[in-house]
Amino acid sequence: MTDLLETAPRVTDTHCPYCGLQCAMTLTGDSAADLTVTPRRFPTNRGGLCQKGWTSAELLRHPGRLTTPLVRKAGELIETSWDEALDLVADTMRQVQDDHGRDAVALFGGGGLTNEKAYQLGKFARVALRTSQIDYNGRWCMSSAAAAGIRCFGLDRGMPFPVTDLGSAHAVLLLGANPAETMPPFLGHLVTSAEAGGLMVADPRLTPTAARALEGGGLHLQLRPGTDAALALGMLHLAVVERHVDRDYIAARTSGWDELWPTVAQWTPDRAERVTGVAAATMRRAVELLARARDTERGAYVLSARGGEQHATGTDTVSAYIALALGLGLPGQRGSGFGTITGQGNGQGGREHGQKADQLPGYRKIADPVARAHVAGVWGIDPDDLPGPGRSAYELLDALGTDAGPRLLMVHGSNPVVSAPHASRVRERLAALDLLVVCDFVLSETAAMADVVLPVLQWAEEEGTMTNLDGRVLRRRAALAPAGLARSELEVWHDLAVRLGQPAERFPTDPRVVFDELRRASAGGPADYSAITWERIDAGEHLHWPCPLDRPQGTPRLFLDGFAFPDGRARFSAVDQTGPAEPVDGHYPLIGTTGRVLAHYQSGAQTRLVPELAASAGGMFVQVHPDTADRAGLGDGALADVVSRRGRTRATVRCDADMRLDTVFLPFHWSGDGTANHLTNPVLDPTSRMPEFKACAVRLEVAS
Amino acid sequence: MTTRVLVVGNGMAGARVAEELRRRDPSGHQIAVTVVGEEAHAAYNRILLSTVVGGAITPRETRLKPDGWWEAHQIEVRTGARVTAVDTLTRTATVCRVPAADGQPTDASLTDASTQIAWDELVLATGSTSFVPRIEGTQAGDRRFDDAQAGDTQLEETDVVAFRSIDDCARLVRAARSASHAIVLGGGLLGIEAARGLLMRGVDVTIVHPRSIPMERQLDDDGGAVLTRVLRATGARLILGRRVTAWRDAAGGHGHEAVLDDGTTIAGDLLVVAAGILPRVDLARDLGAEVRRGIVVDDRLSTTVPHVHAVGECVEHRGTVYGLVQPGWEQARVLADVLTGADPTSRYEGTEPLTRLKVHDIDLASMGVVTTGLHDDDHEVVTVADPRRGRYAKLVLRGDRVVGAVLLGAGDVAGAVSQLFDSGAPAPTDRIALLLGRAPGSGATPLDAVSLAQMPGSAVICRCNSVTKHGIVEAWRSGCTTRDAVATATRATTGCGSCVAAVDGLCHWLTSVEPPDMAARAGPESPTVSDQPQQHHPTAAFAEGAA
Repeated sequence: MTDLLETAPRVTDTHCPYCGLQCAMTLTGDSAADLTVTPRRFPTNRGGLCQKGWTSAELLRHPGRLTTPLVRKAGELIETSWDEALDLVADTMRQVQDDHGRDAVALFGGGGLTNEKAYQLGKFARVALRTSQIDYNGRWCMSSAAAAGIRCFGLDRGMPFPVTDLGSAHAVLLLGANPAETMPPFLGHLVTSAEAGGLMVADPRLTPTAARALEGGGLHLQLRPGTDAALALGMLHLAVVERHVDRDYIAARTSGWDELWPTVAQWTPDRAERVTGVAAATMRRAVELLARARDTERGAYVLSARGGEQHATGTDTVSAYIALALGLGLPGQRGSGFGTITGQGNGQGGREHGQKADQLPGYRKIADPVARAHVAGVWGIDPDDLPGPGRSAYELLDALGTDAGPRLLMVHGSNPVVSAPHASRVRERLAALDLLVVCDFVLSETAAMADVVLPVLQWAEEEGTMTNLDGRVLRRRAALAPAGLARSELEVWHDLAVRLGQPAERFPTDPRVVFDELRRASAGGPADYSAITWERIDAGEHLHWPCPLDRPQGTPRLFLDGFAFPDGRARFSAVDQTGPAEPVDGHYPLIGTTGRVLAHYQSGAQTRLVPELAASAGGMFVQVHPDTADRAGLGDGALADVVSRRGRTRATVRCDADMRLDTVFLPFHWSGDGTANHLTNPVLDPTSRMPEFKACAVRLEVAS
Repeated sequence: MTTRVLVVGNGMAGARVAEELRRRDPSGHQIAVTVVGEEAHAAYNRILLSTVVGGAITPRETRLKPDGWWEAHQIEVRTGARVTAVDTLTRTATVCRVPAADGQPTDASLTDASTQIAWDELVLATGSTSFVPRIEGTQAGDRRFDDAQAGDTQLEETDVVAFRSIDDCARLVRAARSASHAIVLGGGLLGIEAARGLLMRGVDVTIVHPRSIPMERQLDDDGGAVLTRVLRATGARLILGRRVTAWRDAAGGHGHEAVLDDGTTIAGDLLVVAAGILPRVDLARDLGAEVRRGIVVDDRLSTTVPHVHAVGECVEHRGTVYGLVQPGWEQARVLADVLTGADPTSRYEGTEPLTRLKVHDIDLASMGVVTTGLHDDDHEVVTVADPRRGRYAKLVLRGDRVVGAVLLGAGDVAGAVSQLFDSGAPAPTDRIALLLGRAPGSGATPLDAVSLAQMPGSAVICRCNSVTKHGIVEAWRSGCTTRDAVATATRATTGCGSCVAAVDGLCHWLTSVEPPDMAARAGPESPTVSDQPQQHHPTAAFAEGAA
């Protein structure tokens, strides 16, 4: 018996390393070589895992896993010691700041970092480096939805209700969301709506999610890319003229309707139809389905994702979605609502704790004197020593190595060479730096350009917390010891901070200690974590922020009693359809749009290394209507060049008769010639600074 | 030096000119804008009037901008005022107050005496008025309703109303409260919208239309015949090929009746005039601009008089007079580009007409050329018709380009067709599919034994885990004969769960064609169950499997 216990394999409950659903999983084993993954029952994933989750342990034992610091010498990345690598980084940081000012050093973070790391990265920037130049790849993910949530509700939590609330809904409208491929177990929450014929998907493509909707008798609203706001405003117009709006709700719980309505009034269904390509009859049916589910108390939800958000008009577009939901009286009511589906693993927590250029922990604004005083107090510094807001992600990268821009960049949990818009420009700017430092566990395309590569931990080797798509704080737990010489970023920042003259205790390396400090820093802020502890999560509690000390049960459902403005009212924002920024013309007659496939995650730096995933996904492709391909002299399987004003991308043609004739789709997981972001337009949203990933003018050519 | 722009007309085109000018000059340093409008109301959205009649929104909700918007954007608006004369030499305009209608307030700054407004550029956006045919027994006889919308007393009978302005609309709503049977003059777009609004208010409606089909400007004969069926099915009475010649007290002394040109009479208590519109060109003519059917403008929206421009329903551009909003908006944009210099090369080159009937239960779109015959030498014409069910779709192409379409009861494809029409992009080669659209549920994967048998081995059953039919057949052969066992072996069903039924179906099918004990004997090399597509009848496949 004793022998059996001693030899029983080690079992670790944690969550998947990839997307924002953060599926619960159990890791069995205590070495990378034999670690196995099984799904774990949990409300969010209901015991499901997709192929990425099932194969996630493969990367722990991949020969490409980085385990030793690397420094570039004579053009080659050479293995070195931590001390040598860190000395080089710290010395160069000091030198560059002495010569060019504090903002000459920049930091770039990621939406996959744990809360503890996202928090500490922001602190490292503002306290140890005192640079304003910090932003992260979440700017390209959730920023438009976040900005619109703050604008219209006064607060941004992706889903202001538990994701499980969707499970009983009879009508769910997905706007630019394809969870069947990007977040498969999420579909388990849409079974009721799909089977009731109430699943509705607005997407330029007949995605597997849209096909699921049609299967059950639901709707596919196949809009032209970049016309999402017109769709929402047209539907809102229909809701008014067909008397589905909730006038009592508008009067009691909102403001701004009178200012928005004249714009909505001009979005007659025929005009919306002409602009979006979605039949007025389909819009009418969608509004009816939502209204009927609401009226019969069977649950009606409007959910947004990157399709409408990743535009230079993304904030206005999401504001229009929210206006539709508010007009129907859905948000802030039990059993209905508006939400956005977070993309990256810690896309929610990552946007709350200070790695964003304009932000301090607890979702505070860095320009707010009260916020500065509070956080400076927790950090033990003078508020006046805190820098102000810095550049947003693309602006930061675009400025690298220029006269006014940073000269040293340190990258964490991100691969901008593949994931940034106008990728060739970003590559050029990175090459112009004095020093590029990349912390990663694989040699991503960005790491391959670096002067210093620091090997860090993978998810199964670290402890921490993640905040998932419904604002629920989850525990990530270590099953394995770190591989080789790999270290946590917390240790990296500690070691650099000490070298830069900071007191050692100011940058703790124990994530639990960091979390406790985060709790204090977040106290009183919009995203208040102060009553959340690792112990409570470990004991099985489901805690959704805000979770202040005087409301330790947390807040599963926001806005039931009022929205997060002084008057408690949600705000209609007087927005209109504009864009796309780059109209099609004779030279570039097609709309290029980008997105994901099931087997890959983000830039593919991780998932392309997993053989099973790489085999499932195949190579880079472009999805095209057969007529459109034919007119370009291409057929199914042919090699095409997709060309925009900014560059070209090589891809294999996949003909699909369900595509719109004016649209081609490119997944963004591949690098080199197949980098979809060679094409994309870096024009930015004025509020969120989101680039226009989802619509650029392109043409198809036979690959030369 | 600030340029003073005077816009005559506060309708959708005139108001849009002011808005577009201000958008290009937000500070107001470059352009001063004054808008003069006869109606007592702030600029409103005429498109919504039938919705007001239907009762879904209030007249106030037709305002083009929120209260205070015009002042906040430094646009001086004079409502209830009329430009009576223009001097193009001194560049001044004489403005008079219009008598108040229905007690509505007018611009207090205007005294009864006229005032002069100086301008540098004049924009005529005088719109159009209802055309009223000669009808014995009404005061309005075969002339314009010019003054009716300004609240004048030309059409004072409360039982005869036009359908053009917001005041008309209010009169119509008031009249509808006591009316039980309305007669609508005109079976065009406006007449049908008015008729539907009245029907929704519980008023019986007879539409009298002089042509053989309704909406003859937008439809071919077959489409018109189908629309006739559809209108009648909604409860409206439709009399074609007839005119109303008189409106008089009913013989029995109760209510009124309309007399048609064949002598028949129709009892009714409300006569709604929606017989068409006429451009308002008097001011343009008086100041010496060339006028044909409308005020003649070039591609820069200039009239033949220097510094005088015109937009909207009052203009004639390249021989066309539009009765729609969209062209007016496009013209306003070009004119603002030209007047501010924001884009001096901007030109208006015409608008392809696209008409959509805005009626709750009739889905009708018409665009471009629609009367082309099926066997026309220069065009390709495709039609799908089901008259009894109110469906008629017609596509007219020149080469690969959609140049016209009628879509009645075919709303599902209206979006796709109108975008092809607008963009001029090549239409898909499968024209019929374009007209039919996608049948709901066509994306479904049927899960019966036939489809499972015929499915290729490479078909993906579990997308979340990339498990093919082949993979499940292999797992079944190695002894995994239940869903749970298949899930353990292949991970199928462990993602979103959508494929549970398909996996169950496959297990069931495999069990029925190859019982587990036999499968175990046959082993993985068994040829009996093919994971390749089977072309023959499924029972044959089963028979082979069982053999």
